[in-house]
Amino acid sequence: MDIHALQQIVHQTRDARRKQTIPKFSAADRDQLIHTYHPDYRASAYRPIRFGPNMNDQTVVELAALLEGDSPIADNADLTPHYTTDVLVIGGGGAGCAAALHAHGTGAKVILATKLRLGDSNSVMAQGGMQISVAPEDSPVTHFLDTLKGGHMQNDHELLKVMVEEGPSIAKWLIELGVLFDRQADGNLHVKKGGGSSKPRLLTCSDYTGLEIMRVLKDEVLNQKIQLLEFCAAVELLSDDNGHCTGAIFKDLDNHRHVVVAAKSVILATGGIGRLHIQGFPTSNHYGATGDGLCLSYRMGAKLDHIDTFQYHPSGAVYPEQLIGALVTEGIRSEGGHLVNAKGERFVNELDTRDVVSSSIIRECGEGRGIRTMSGRVGVWLDTPLLDAEHGPGTVEKHFPAMMMQFERFGIDISKDPVLIYPTLHYQNGGVKIDTNSETNVKNLFVAGEASGGLHGRNRLMGNSLLDLMVFGKRSGLTAGSRAGSMQQGTLTVKHLQRFRAEAKKHGNSSGVISPMILPAYTRKEPERTANG
Amino acid sequence: MAQEDANVIDQPEVLRHKMVTIEISGKKYEVPEGITVIKALWYTGQEVVRGAGCLGGFCGACATYYRTKDDPKVRTCLACQMAVEDGMSFTIMPPFPARKALYDIQTLKDPKQDLFNLYPEAPLCRNCNACTEACPQKIDVREGVWKAVFGDFKSVSEMFMDCVMCGMCTPVCIADIAPNLVALYVSRAQGAHFTEKPQGLETRIKEIQDGRFNEEWTKILAMNEKELADHCATVK
Ligand SMILES: Cc1cc2nc3c(=O)[nH]c(=O)nc-3n(C[C@H](O)[C@H](O)[C@H](O)COP(=O)(O)OP(=O)(O)OC[C@H]3O[C@@H](n4cnc5c(N)ncnc54)[C@H](O)[C@@H]3O)c2cc1C
Ligand code: SF4
Ligand code: SF4
Ligand code: FES
Repeated sequence: MDIHALQQIVHQTRDARRKQTIPKFSAADRDQLIHTYHPDYRASAYRPIRFGPNMNDQTVVELAALLEGDSPIADNADLTPHYTTDVLVIGGGGAGCAAALHAHGTGAKVILATKLRLGDSNSVMAQGGMQISVAPEDSPVTHFLDTLKGGHMQNDHELLKVMVEEGPSIAKWLIELGVLFDRQADGNLHVKKGGGSSKPRLLTCSDYTGLEIMRVLKDEVLNQKIQLLEFCAAVELLSDDNGHCTGAIFKDLDNHRHVVVAAKSVILATGGIGRLHIQGFPTSNHYGATGDGLCLSYRMGAKLDHIDTFQYHPSGAVYPEQLIGALVTEGIRSEGGHLVNAKGERFVNELDTRDVVSSSIIRECGEGRGIRTMSGRVGVWLDTPLLDAEHGPGTVEKHFPAMMMQFERFGIDISKDPVLIYPTLHYQNGGVKIDTNSETNVKNLFVAGEASGGLHGRNRLMGNSLLDLMVFGKRSGLTAGSRAGSMQQGTLTVKHLQRFRAEAKKHGNSSGVISPMILPAYTRKEPERTANG
Repeated sequence: MAQEDANVIDQPEVLRHKMVTIEISGKKYEVPEGITVIKALWYTGQEVVRGAGCLGGFCGACATYYRTKDDPKVRTCLACQMAVEDGMSFTIMPPFPARKALYDIQTLKDPKQDLFNLYPEAPLCRNCNACTEACPQKIDVREGVWKAVFGDFKSVSEMFMDCVMCGMCTPVCIADIAPNLVALYVSRAQGAHFTEKPQGLETRIKEIQDGRFNEEWTKILAMNEKELADHCATVK
């Protein structure tokens, strides 16, 4: 059927739905729903990791293969350094930039190396906002409790307390650097309500929050003349005789040479895993989100936390084809957008936590109340025109310019027509285990941002990631930077790799893949015939 | 089942799967109609390293020049956000060596005047409008440059909120201005110097420093799992 004909039911049922309130699920119902429909509970997608620090822990098969993978670096590789620095930051997203700036601020020499260009990352895409308890009726304690609830009570309390308490000073820092957060008429910060939060707490820069923060942080990294190594992908870490981290080896993606960097400490800020397309899901993540930091830390002996749980964002685009997996921001639901099945019914409280909302969409589609596309996808409607109906014409365009433009490019006006959505692989809830200074159990190896784990428990609350990046980017940078003065550069070896290889051998060898992945293999293999021969 | 069949969206591009001829950097290829420009590169067997970043229309790594069949006009797009059509010809834009001024945003004394020291070329705009035409985000870039020069920093910061820093406005400029970098400076100055300090934020920072929440923290952190879960359930 013509898409417009199918959309009619959404228009027809809008007024009736506006009068409805959908209660949140009870704790028992919510658990039941998640256990039945959430991809985290699809047992066939999981297997135990065969060796290493998380031996016998379950994770998805895609990640297990990479963790058990072999390094591209030989045991006897030439480790003469090309660069020497106090602090080596790996990754040029929000966590990496925050870490580099704060380490630089301590007077330490900093190198920031990143796989693509500075800022090409998940961080630039964050649209929904950043949670910080600035409103008078809100408090860091409430922020703590909301996050804990969202994370199924599995969050690391210490990390979480640090994050919520340092939030307000992070907002101040960003404002002083020139970040333009949305304001109320009285000059105070405007706060929006996010899914799973009891109080409005999201700071936003229209629907460009991540882009605005990243434009400013990137500019600041350049202004501070922090040394950059762009198009350099970390492929292995370095260790001394005590197993402490002492640097990293990169692959220069322009000339394919190896680059060795000696550092007193290393901050891994390599982000998430979306491009592993776990369980075949499309993803909202950037091109380089291939979980590299997890493999690198794992071979060094760093312990991972909660790596069996991933966030499937409820609203990834399903139509048009070109936008598959792209995020339709949660902001639409925060402002009252309904989720509607093929029968024109709502089926979940749209502001419930992401795991609940995603599970309910998967249920609707699984039980035949979804809308199919001819390319074999399925989804439910997100009623975007409702926002204009509710808050006046022009609301969608004014509050979601990025979203409007994205769909307009393919001839779709989301202020007039609902969009078709289905969960998309969005975020790695767990990661490398860290302490409150963002350091791992491997000395002088720090991990900050999405690559780290523990803080978010089993489900990250919307808007908490941007804050996580800034707080733990800062803490890792300050700790690594201030430590440098009283430290000697350690020796450069790959002894950890020799140990890891020996262990792999004991357990029937590595998985056979070389990790980290660096970039997904999207290039079509068979040779193409040119049209005119 | 009938119910389900009725709920299938027509997609002509899927129904009548069609190959189209396009030109990538001057070379002809056949690719499926409607895939994105980036996917066309992958489809034709090219490794993409430079030229892709976020894949979501936010980072500007994939700035591309393109032309459609029989149209002399060369346009710009973000390769991850543009579908290919028959007869289309495109080339990804190489990085352009624009000059970025260095400054310490917090210690600027007179940001509106400093603009002319940092970017002395900014007032030399010759109004050709090429920058505006080049912008894939549909920003009125030329207008922005003028507003910057006239000191209307607030408008500039609002106009350039959509800027993905793709840099397509720069190579076309006959006055050697990098409008996006000028706008970035202006926006940061607007945020750091000409925007009210939010009072509520200062209050909250002070409350935390003064330990206003300490009692509540002590109570909560002493709870066992069950008590904490019950307490969380009371937060609505
Ligand atoms: C579409 C989208 C919308 C989102 N919206 C929100 C939101 O509204 N609010 C919120 O709080 N969170 C949001 N998130 C989540 C949040 O943006 C991310 O979790 C966060 O940006 C991760 O930051 P990071 O610095 O850890 O990683 P990234 O920003 O992804 O940066 C990682 C960097 O490391 C580099 N890298 C990776 N591997 C290597 C390697 N081997 N060597 C060198 N460099 C490497 C990458 O190229 C990249 O530059 C969103 C995420 C997405 C994808
Ligand atoms: S203003 Fe320039 S850099 Fe910004 S989006 Fe437009 S063309 Fe790209
Ligand atoms: S391209 Fe340069 S000269 Fe032309 S209008 Fe834009 S800023 Fe002015
Ligand atoms: S790859 Fe980031 S805008 Fe296209």
